[in-house]
Amino acid sequence: MDLGVKSQPFTSSNASWKSGDVVPGQFPAGLKVLVVDDDPTCLRILEKMLKNCLYEVTTCNRAEVALDFLRDNKNGCDIVISDVHMPDMDGFKLLEHIGLLMDLPVIMMSADDSKHVVMKGVTHGACDYLIKPVRIEALKNIWQHVVRKKKHEWKDKDVEHSGSVEEGERQQKFPEDVDCSSSINEGNWKNSKRRKDEEDEVDDRDDTSTLKKPRVVWSVELHQQFVTAVNQLGIDKAVPKKILELMNVPGLTRENVASHLQKYRLYLRRLSGVSQHQNGLANSFMGPSDPSFGPMSSLSGVDLQALAASGQLPAQSLASIQAAALGRPTSKSAVPLPLVDQRNVFNFENPKLRFIEGQQQQSDSSKQVNLLHGIPTNMDSKQLATLHQSTLGNMNMHVHSQTSQSNSLLMQMVQPQSRTQLLNEINGSHVSNIPSSVGQPVLSRAIPSAVLGRNGIENIHGPQYTSLSQPSTSADYSSQSTEFSGNTFPLASSSGMSRGLLPNYDALNVNQNGNQDWRLQNVGSTFGPPHHSNIQGGLDVSRSVLIQQPVSSSQKGGQSRIPSANKAAFSLAEGFTSIPNVGQQLNFSASDKSLRSKAERLHETGFQNGLFSERYGQEDLMSALFKQQQEGLGAVESEFGFDGYHLDNLPV
Amino acid sequence: MQRQLANMKQSLFDQGYLDEQFVQLEELQDDANPNFVEEVVTLYYRDSARLVQNIDQALEKSPLDFSKLDSYMHQLKGSCSSIGAKKVKSECTQFREYCRVGNGDGCKRSFQQLKKEYATLRKKLEVYFQ
Repeated sequence: MDLGVKSQPFTSSNASWKSGDVVPGQFPAGLKVLVVDDDPTCLRILEKMLKNCLYEVTTCNRAEVALDFLRDNKNGCDIVISDVHMPDMDGFKLLEHIGLLMDLPVIMMSADDSKHVVMKGVTHGACDYLIKPVRIEALKNIWQHVVRKKKHEWKDKDVEHSGSVEEGERQQKFPEDVDCSSSINEGNWKNSKRRKDEEDEVDDRDDTSTLKKPRVVWSVELHQQFVTAVNQLGIDKAVPKKILELMNVPGLTRENVASHLQKYRLYLRRLSGVSQHQNGLANSFMGPSDPSFGPMSSLSGVDLQALAASGQLPAQSLASIQAAALGRPTSKSAVPLPLVDQRNVFNFENPKLRFIEGQQQQSDSSKQVNLLHGIPTNMDSKQLATLHQSTLGNMNMHVHSQTSQSNSLLMQMVQPQSRTQLLNEINGSHVSNIPSSVGQPVLSRAIPSAVLGRNGIENIHGPQYTSLSQPSTSADYSSQSTEFSGNTFPLASSSGMSRGLLPNYDALNVNQNGNQDWRLQNVGSTFGPPHHSNIQGGLDVSRSVLIQQPVSSSQKGGQSRIPSANKAAFSLAEGFTSIPNVGQQLNFSASDKSLRSKAERLHETGFQNGLFSERYGQEDLMSALFKQQQEGLGAVESEFGFDGYHLDNLPV
Repeated sequence: MQRQLANMKQSLFDQGYLDEQFVQLEELQDDANPNFVEEVVTLYYRDSARLVQNIDQALEKSPLDFSKLDSYMHQLKGSCSSIGAKKVKSECTQFREYCRVGNGDGCKRSFQQLKKEYATLRKKLEVYFQ
């Protein structure tokens, strides 16, 4: 079953794992693998081999289709195997995109075993490189990458994320525009408390907010525009409003841009390898319940910079940023990492969340910025913190709530850490990013409904992905990764990137000015530029923005979700204008293939860290908080689909 | 009959037409996919026919675009190695080497040889699968 060859771009081999979770005792059976290769022979062989390993396989012969799939099915994939040489997109670009969008582990493969190519894989963050012809023995152990990544994430996230993923999703439930803050809060709290599995999230993802914003799909082109705009403005000055203006894309809202910006920043940050620190920072941000954006902001700004410079974002700044973004109180709540359970491998948010959480923990609680300001008043900072944490954990992009989203974005962006990290992050949370709505379902594969549900992807089986056209995920990635370094953001520029996904990235290279250039992006291309610095730059900006936002719950009123903190950040940046879209935007989940919607979302979030955080933050945070409180690690379960696996094994 | 088949297969291996990868394919075959190997081989021939044609056309051009030729050949090599078509694969390597040094004639010669091996293997496998 090849994707793209027939009408169905995705084919899924095992319909058995409906729940999307690996049966505890059978791990790694049920591991969800996405294989991307333009060679049908190879694809067929790999598919069979993976099936024989008892994995759940989805095949795809085009990179764009793969990205769409990932975007739309946050929990639909645990690991990606991709060929290096493909006609529509260079494998490394795809790698970057995936790294940006979701923290999934990616294995490259090729008949080419020359050292420089293998090295390229390493620098782009691939977690492994297989030489063709691939033997089944080599595939049997790929699960280790998933586990490793999750473990890594969990560590980073620490408590905060416990169940963040789930929470994140929950948070999404919170309408962005917190009109009914109280109800929202309740909803949020409830959700987070539950830390349920993702099924709940699914709904959330879809947009619980009263404001239904069309999902923006950040296609490659859109992302490219975004990156260009950001670069033009300068990463420091890139505020959603201006970016939006520059982009001049009809239908794109500031929130979209803000959330995308947030993600982008997180991505850059991640590429720069500051995730660890960032986590700490996030913590710090999250910590203080009251909006300490002020201090945080400065901190974050500085921190970010510092991080950028050193590649290690000061925990605080990161935390703050993240906190801001996430709107989650960084409190060190011992959120068990868990949230990773959201497991969306694709969850974009997760990585972010995770990242943030990690930071949070590190940073002292004092710093906890109360990103959650925006969060409905009900939530006290503590809750917020929890939420953040949880959201962070969840990082699902799903999190409808803006805050959560933003948080996750932040997280993600913040963790520029090397691509590998990104990839790692991707694993857990990326999935979530994929817009649940997906509808697109080309993936006929039996993506566990639960998984899908969570992400709102309900049916992955639905529409086929043939269209894949929009590389929304790519776009996301691009924004995040802002390749600043002028290098060709590998995604975009990589040779042969037809999609132009990352054209934006190149544009972003611009940002190098001052702040940390997010060079990380160059991951693909140049490897040279200090990644850290790059990302930092972007992140810093976002962070400061985030921090600044006074958490005014009023902000979105409806947004309630923690977002305000996040929003604040964003708004600061630009005079924050309500981030309504944040929630939606963040949902990378490509509920629809429409590029635009995604783009919007991303855009908005992009620059407005707050926005991102808002999106994710609020909901995520809320849920995260609740979750954490409630369940601790328990919830993690199925993120990876290995129920028994996660969290339990991971040291929290 | 079985023995005949086994002998045939053995000779294919002995003569270097097939390698270990083919064994991998056979191991993947099971009750659920009883014709897996044949299916894959068919897929291979179908897909590679397109590549072979592209290369033929590219070799007609003047001047020769070596990087493109190399790229095609890389793909073909990947496919060949996936099914274990040993001889064809080594011809691919040879061809790529000629490309690397820009030896157009060498490429053309090598390609002719490659096509021969390609066709031979196909015939043999057809017999084998019957």
